[in-house]
Amino acid sequence: MINYLSISGFVQAATLQNCRISDLVLEQQASQLEQTQQQVYQTMEESFHVMQQAVLDGVYPDLRSTSGLTGGAAFQMKCAVDEGKNICGPFFGSAMVKALAVSELNAAMGKIVAAPTAGSCGILPAAVLTMMEQHHLPEDTAIRALFTASAIGMVIAQNASISGAEGGCQAECGSASAMAAGALVEMAGGSPQQVSHACAIALKNILGLVCDPVAGLVEIPCIKRNAMGTANAFVAAELALAGIQSAIPADEVIIAMKRVGDAMPSSLRETAEGGLAQTPTGRKLQAQIFGG
Amino acid sequence: MNVFDIIGPVMIGPSSSHTAGAVRIGRIAGALLGEPAVSAQVGLHGSFAKTYKGHGTDKALAAGIMGMLPSDGRIRHSLDLAEEKGLDISFQEVFIDGAHPNTAQITLCGKSGKTISVEGASVGGGNIRICKVNGMEVEISGESTTFIILHNDTPGCIAAVTRFLAQQNINIGSFRLSRRQKGGLAVMTLEVDSPVTASLNQALEQLPNIISSTVLAPQ
Repeated sequence: MINYLSISGFVQAATLQNCRISDLVLEQQASQLEQTQQQVYQTMEESFHVMQQAVLDGVYPDLRSTSGLTGGAAFQMKCAVDEGKNICGPFFGSAMVKALAVSELNAAMGKIVAAPTAGSCGILPAAVLTMMEQHHLPEDTAIRALFTASAIGMVIAQNASISGAEGGCQAECGSASAMAAGALVEMAGGSPQQVSHACAIALKNILGLVCDPVAGLVEIPCIKRNAMGTANAFVAAELALAGIQSAIPADEVIIAMKRVGDAMPSSLRETAEGGLAQTPTGRKLQAQIFGG
Repeated sequence: MNVFDIIGPVMIGPSSSHTAGAVRIGRIAGALLGEPAVSAQVGLHGSFAKTYKGHGTDKALAAGIMGMLPSDGRIRHSLDLAEEKGLDISFQEVFIDGAHPNTAQITLCGKSGKTISVEGASVGGGNIRICKVNGMEVEISGESTTFIILHNDTPGCIAAVTRFLAQQNINIGSFRLSRRQKGGLAVMTLEVDSPVTASLNQALEQLPNIISSTVLAPQ
């Protein structure tokens, strides 16, 4: 049975058994949760459907967050894609729409799936759903890939952190992006080894990103960082699928992320005491919502 | 840790600590009251006090008090729903020395005049700790099936409860006792390993010197 102490552990196991990482995760989780594989799969399927619904619910011109700071960006992006105006075409455009939609819905008190957190909830659904739709893959492929993404998330959570308050944005959007990159590789038929490289590349690219939300709310810059995390997941997956390797193995990148997080001052870990939160405009917006 | 700790929970945004966790705290207060609340006074401390408007923490707490789960789509409109249901709810900023930054103090009054007060903190990722019930110290995470039993501080009361649970083949994972004063009101909190039916809890409530028993299913 596999564990989640390292990425290399389950990558080797899947390589040896010539199966997908998700096959092993599903088997192990069923045993751990004392349920059948079918039951565990169904729970994930329900979450997957919440993700699909969130993508639809988040694309409204009038959608506004509780604070009134954000909303409507997903709709704007969708208009650009529908009119053929976005420079990267419908594949990339629709991924951006989804990432913004889920993230803006979260800020507007809509229903989402934390993946791994609410602040980074747009990345995994945007990556997986876009891949499924644009490549005409069955839903089953996408749902299974969520188990591979979870396995990556569990290793990060146990060896570093998935909390912005502990590790900065790299721990939230970085982890989500690494999870999504691994899921994309598996969906595209890549090897377990390529999943590991995609995970490493995605995390390396976001290493050091601070958590500096304006007024302490999950809005600015979180929503746009969900779009970035999605783009980064595709970058990492594309490179890995082309056979490009990460020079630093995924497990070492995760430890590096932990050390970078530990070295971050508290002002840059979700306290709204530094970074964008303390720019003149950031402070003005905070005063606008909560008073001087 | 399992896959649903990473992909999950399904929740209403925007924040697992300031929204989902707040719903859970409110829900435990509502469950302890055991009847529809007609008034609720909520004190918000620390980050809860500073940012509750932007995070919808007020709506989340109101929703929880009315029994909603963190994934309930009505949370966004819970303050309107409270008004419709005749629940008079007020929020104020408070300072509680030494409390966790995301702490809420909730005092509820029910239709029958029954009151209950609960202090709880949202400790991250939607996880919570209830630290006080009616001013008495407790420690409830809501992760296991939990009994919260208000009783008179008299000899044999604990033995009667544990004997009753043993007879029902229910294993106790943790036990904590707290009281206001010798011979006064006391609270037992027990985390147990198996699910508990409503009828079993009603039978437990009939034991001598038990004032009320509430069972919280794992959240």
